[in-house]
Amino acid sequence: MKRLLLWGGTALLFVAAPYLFPGGFALTMLTQMGTFIIFCLSYNMLLGQGGMLSFGHAVYSGLGAYIAVHALNLIGKGSLHLPVALLPLVGGLAGLAFGVLFGYVTTRRAGTTFALISLGIGEMVFACALMFPGFFGGEAGISTNRVVGSPFLGVSFGPPLQVYYLVAAWCILSMAAMFALTQTPLGRMANAVRDNPERAEFVGYNTQHVRFLQLALSAFFAGVSGGLSCINFEIVTAENVSAIRSGGVLLAAFIGGVSHFFGPILGGIVFIFFVVALSGYTKAWLLYLGLFFVLMVLYAPGGIASLVLMQLPVIRAGRWSELAVPFLVAALAAAVALAGLVGLVEMVYRLSEPGASTALQVLGVAFEARTAPPWFAFAAVLAVGLAALRAAARRAGARWDAIQLGLRSGQA
Amino acid sequence: MEFLLVQTLNGISYGLLLFMLSSGLTLVFSLMGVLNFAHASFYMLGAYFAYQISTRIGFWPALVAAPLLVGAFGMLVERFGLRKVHPHGHVAELLFTFGLAYLIDEAVHLVWGRQAVPYRVPAELDGPLFQILGSQYPIYRGFMMLVSVAMLVSIWLALTRTRVGLVIQAALTHPQTVEALGHNVPRVFMLVFGGGAALAGLAGVIGGNAFVTDPGMAAAVGPIIFVIVVVGGMGSLAGAFVASLLIGCMQTFAVSLDWSLGGIGIAQAAPVLPYLLMVLLLIFRPKGLMGTREG
Repeated sequence: MKRLLLWGGTALLFVAAPYLFPGGFALTMLTQMGTFIIFCLSYNMLLGQGGMLSFGHAVYSGLGAYIAVHALNLIGKGSLHLPVALLPLVGGLAGLAFGVLFGYVTTRRAGTTFALISLGIGEMVFACALMFPGFFGGEAGISTNRVVGSPFLGVSFGPPLQVYYLVAAWCILSMAAMFALTQTPLGRMANAVRDNPERAEFVGYNTQHVRFLQLALSAFFAGVSGGLSCINFEIVTAENVSAIRSGGVLLAAFIGGVSHFFGPILGGIVFIFFVVALSGYTKAWLLYLGLFFVLMVLYAPGGIASLVLMQLPVIRAGRWSELAVPFLVAALAAAVALAGLVGLVEMVYRLSEPGASTALQVLGVAFEARTAPPWFAFAAVLAVGLAALRAAARRAGARWDAIQLGLRSGQA
Repeated sequence: MEFLLVQTLNGISYGLLLFMLSSGLTLVFSLMGVLNFAHASFYMLGAYFAYQISTRIGFWPALVAAPLLVGAFGMLVERFGLRKVHPHGHVAELLFTFGLAYLIDEAVHLVWGRQAVPYRVPAELDGPLFQILGSQYPIYRGFMMLVSVAMLVSIWLALTRTRVGLVIQAALTHPQTVEALGHNVPRVFMLVFGGGAALAGLAGVIGGNAFVTDPGMAAAVGPIIFVIVVVGGMGSLAGAFVASLLIGCMQTFAVSLDWSLGGIGIAQAAPVLPYLLMVLLLIFRPKGLMGTREG
């Protein structure tokens, strides 16, 4: 019942999202989020559920997108009869085929070696993308037009809103399918192979075979997301199979939290927000994203999902109000430190980028990045913020420990 | 004939450079179990530091100072970063270095811009070293080989003949015993990580001006050295050496040959060759050339 409510709520949120966040910009972002959520969840089938750290997952989504774009062009020419709404399925099947092909090699090994091989396969496919311009379109990529044939029941996929709803439908379907997969014997065995491959072998399972199946299925969903991105952007370039894309999905899934099913969904949302919204403001957005990721690895290896779930027992015990003030103070201190850091980073960028203006303005105060005082000012802000954050974090931590102790003794 | 000779020399000098990178990576991996994803970024930092220093005080001080700076940075990374994530396991460590590579690459973008910087071979090393059968061989290539060989010999001596080297070797296989004997194993880890970073930095100093110093140099060489580590066998120094020379020569020859196979020139296919080698090797010899462990 609770699960039904959760899924129903999620579906409702997908339907209502364009009305909750109106405007073209929000719609672009929502569409990208839907596509990326599928990609992140498929990635988590490897990292979170199968314990396979992959550095080349974009291979499957990218190749899926390439096959889909060629299929769409064939539909446009009239030599292939397929509704555009089913194009992600083409991408998915292509992803599955490549997953079977490459998975045979990569899943022979686990652990760090698997990570390196997946990286090598990714680089190989990327190098091939520039070598065979006939299929991959070289530097320019392959472009297409998603509006083909006559509209069916008024749906032509011309307007972005229709594309969003297509993405939303596929996203919900894929989410449900991937969640169902975690409940199957294969999903459980993947967990066993992740946690203790030796024991899984003793029970009689071939770990290599389990990893292979898991990777092939994950490649299918990656291909679905590739097919959707092909419809959304109407272009597929070598960037779709690049290491940048593979790294991005790793960052997103980890930031969201790989140990919970819904973690990568949060991660996908946060990541697209970083990419689409922040990249409009600053050239240094990748630096901020990297910093965020490193801080998560250092201080919250469970990702956002774990951070949220950690609060639940405290909320249930009705003691979260005791934490609100220490958390707020820590957040304020972090904001101060962040302001100092952002100031320094932006000044560095203004100095190095040819043609960028070095005259800046913050809170109505104008200053010049070529002079020393603003550097000292921002460094001081950063130092004060960090010191305050340290103190605040220690107090919040002490509070947290005290509550945890109280909860535990309450149980006993 | 002369083509063969010159290309072999070029291949060896490139292979030795690759080995300077992969040796540090292999040492750190076999000692700490950490595959340092930021290794190629340390290489890039070495080149940029050397460029910055050489514009102020010259190439020769940079040759010494830049690797030391990178090594010091590596030690800080180990002390305040890696050691913190160590309890979370190897995946967390790998992810930490992956994030670090992101940060270093972006920081280089921000500080030095997106274009290549004019880091050049110093005047006294610019010119032909000798003539073989009518074609000239540049001094700098010879200098690169000299530095790499000197570096490798001194590392080998340090690892096998000095007290610190013996402690490191012992800590490779029996960290608990070494700790029980009163050695500070975490400090050994820090030293080795810093040493590996300094090696990568040195490779950057001599590689940066031989090739090109731009923000893409880490991404260009990174995957290759990981392939070398896999091909040579995880954690095997000798394997890394053979694989470095093999891939160095393969790349150099492939780029300069103009044969073609089914419409695709060998030179065009050059970037794919190392990965193809890796895939083939994994199918037929999953341990790698000289690897001892599976898994």
